[in-house]
Amino acid sequence: MHRRYLMIVAALAVSTAACEKHRNNSSWSTEAPVVETALVPGATPSRGVGPITYFDVNTIPASRATEGEQLFKTRCSACHKIEERYIGPALSGVTKRRQPEWILNMILKPELMLAQDPVAMELLAKFLTPMANQNMTQHEAESVYAYFREHDKSLPDLPADGSADTAAPEEETPKGPPGTN
Amino acid sequence: MKWFKRMRKWGLLAAAAATVAALSVYCAQKPSGTVMGSGAEKVYVAPGTYDEFYAFMSGGFSGQVSVYGLPSGRLLRVIPVFSQNPENAYGYAEETKPMLNTSFGFVPWDDAHHPELSQTNGVPDGRWLFINGNNTTRIARLDLKTFETDEIIEIPNAAGNHASPFITMNTEYTVSSTRFSVPIPQADVAISEYAKKFKGTISFVKVDSDGKMSIAFQILVPGYNYDLAHAGKGPSHGWCFFTTYNTEQANTLLEVNASKYDKDYIAAVNWKKAEEYVAQGKAKTWPAKYAHNYMNHDTQTAESEMLTSVKVLDPADCPGMIYYLPTPKSPHGVDVDPTGEYIAAGGKLATVIPVHSFSKMLTAIEEKKFVGEVDNIPVLEYEAVMAGEVQNPGLGPLHTEFDGKGYAYTSAFISSEIVKWKLGTWEVVDRIPVYYSIGHLMIPGGDSMKPWGKYVIALNKVTKDRYLPTGPELTQSAQLIDIESGKMTMLLDFPTIGEPHYAQALPADMIMNNSVKYYELSANKNPNAIKSEAEARVERKGNDVHVYMSTIRTHFMPDNIEGVKVGDTVYFHVTNLEQDWDVPHGFAIIGNQNSELLVMPGQTRTIAWHPGKEGVFPFYCTDFCSALHQEMSGYVRVSPRGSGTPISFNKRG
Repeated sequence: MHRRYLMIVAALAVSTAACEKHRNNSSWSTEAPVVETALVPGATPSRGVGPITYFDVNTIPASRATEGEQLFKTRCSACHKIEERYIGPALSGVTKRRQPEWILNMILKPELMLAQDPVAMELLAKFLTPMANQNMTQHEAESVYAYFREHDKSLPDLPADGSADTAAPEEETPKGPPGTN
Repeated sequence: MKWFKRMRKWGLLAAAAATVAALSVYCAQKPSGTVMGSGAEKVYVAPGTYDEFYAFMSGGFSGQVSVYGLPSGRLLRVIPVFSQNPENAYGYAEETKPMLNTSFGFVPWDDAHHPELSQTNGVPDGRWLFINGNNTTRIARLDLKTFETDEIIEIPNAAGNHASPFITMNTEYTVSSTRFSVPIPQADVAISEYAKKFKGTISFVKVDSDGKMSIAFQILVPGYNYDLAHAGKGPSHGWCFFTTYNTEQANTLLEVNASKYDKDYIAAVNWKKAEEYVAQGKAKTWPAKYAHNYMNHDTQTAESEMLTSVKVLDPADCPGMIYYLPTPKSPHGVDVDPTGEYIAAGGKLATVIPVHSFSKMLTAIEEKKFVGEVDNIPVLEYEAVMAGEVQNPGLGPLHTEFDGKGYAYTSAFISSEIVKWKLGTWEVVDRIPVYYSIGHLMIPGGDSMKPWGKYVIALNKVTKDRYLPTGPELTQSAQLIDIESGKMTMLLDFPTIGEPHYAQALPADMIMNNSVKYYELSANKNPNAIKSEAEARVERKGNDVHVYMSTIRTHFMPDNIEGVKVGDTVYFHVTNLEQDWDVPHGFAIIGNQNSELLVMPGQTRTIAWHPGKEGVFPFYCTDFCSALHQEMSGYVRVSPRGSGTPISFNKRG
């Protein structure tokens, strides 16, 4: 955890006003105090647009990955594979290259993300099929996140200086139609 | 030539006078036919905003129900009920075909007349909509959470279910009555023996708390034509009223021969008394064959059962259960006012609107003011039950609705107008021409205890010159009329599907918040459902090939299928894996002598295909679902009979 540390600012350190603000921003409005989380180093910095302002990944135990895998199979796998591009991008390494909030927002509010988040918009421009909203609950989306995280455990972290290419994967160089070389 | 000049002068004067007269007629007519000033604003619903009311209109001979927004008159949806609908595979898909099963076999059409909203305490509650099948005697129940037909029950011992499916004030029962008397039970008899051998029935269909219908009992009645009904409410709760015509018992040229007597009857049925007689074992169990079809919500598949008996009450065994109220003349509608005291009859051929009093009727029964008896049914004295007569109500009065403010609105078919009159004084206070030949009319909640008396809608049979011509067949029409300001004001014309026979309406918020957005995939217990692409497969069972296929934006899985042979029956079981609102996918295959499929998110639907020749046949998604919708397609290879091509299909991941 030397590079991917989470700087947790305790709720007490956050002003009550800020706390209220964050709660109002979140449609989940849980009573739990909002915990500001640090960015995952090396990943694209956007946390995305949607209900999740901050997501403390430490609150989701690894055991949730089993539930996440099941959900992935029924709700996501018609369009996403882990190791290969399918309808959407391959998801291997997604927790290394995207902020956890971005991932949750993309699952929970894809329409909003595709309309407002620059990274999501770039992905749509390359993949052309808009990400479907599968109406998952926050709990379910977190479990899917846990599944991705367990898969990515064996992968190296990205360089903290942000030098890794996290942009949407490039299409193969498009070829011209038959007869045009 | 003096006379010529004089003639010219007179001619000019006459022409000028004629012009003035024509203009004044035009000006006088203008307010009734044209929306003036703020009228347009009253029906304008800005783009992106919602209407105030849902209106459910019968599609008449289309067999369906149409849903409109009011006041805009925008068509929101057509719900298939009694007729097959290739647009969404209703009655074509294996899951919905059983809904159209009857004792006559599969019947793909009916004539849907009277939508009726479920009620609690005499007020529409937004749970269900009932509607009658007029031809093959059926009642359907639609679920207003999904806007789908949930159940259809056939009514045995009946022919032509017109006086239906009017409900009691807590939806205890929906009723049915035979329009055409027939031999009961059916038999091969000479038609000339009508008077001797033909009978009618009045049926009470129990509605359970979950909506499920069952025939509680039928009452055997004389062989007249039974036309319309309405249940009592408030003080008259426990009673239900049915109009009759053809008390002459004519069996030919009814327009003359069934219009001879100056009065026919309203049958007043004390259904609480009937319940007691059933409990006492007074009902006889008759053999009867009738279908009961209902949607199993777990499997999303309609199930059909054939029932074999029904309980029948004979008025001879059940004194006090039914009375006849003489009513002029060939009465059509029978409408109970919001207080439950007044029973207005649309005396189709009468010069007045007769209004009966429920309390006077009870007194007359108590005092035995009978003028006779028909088949053990006492006939009450007209003057003893009549509350009043509305004079000069227009020609051909048919139906009455109420505004909850002490006024009644009656449609007059022949004179094409709505006549407003006051309950209690029976005086006509307003009238408005409608275009043309109005049948039913409807005020939101206007047949309940709590009308939302803002608009009345005229449901017109004839439009003639009101719309752009469309060949010999013209649209039928609804007209929205403002009744809030006291004076009826015409606001809007809008065309309707089929025949807008009758309608019901209620405030939008009583329905919209309960509307289902998609079906939970995890709750889909259709035996042919697949929950992920990993389960997609093709299996051969003898000459049947089952394709278990998934859809999601924007592909089918599998999309390459081989090993199908000429002579096989291929069942495409298509599960839509989407879990979002407004993302159905379609499925169509070339040359299929069957409809397409339209599959809602989370739902499984099955369509059968009989490939008749070898080749490679494409299938595709018919509902534009995303930017790559056009790419959502696949192929089935069909090999000759007896070929050795094994079943195979592509699969990813």
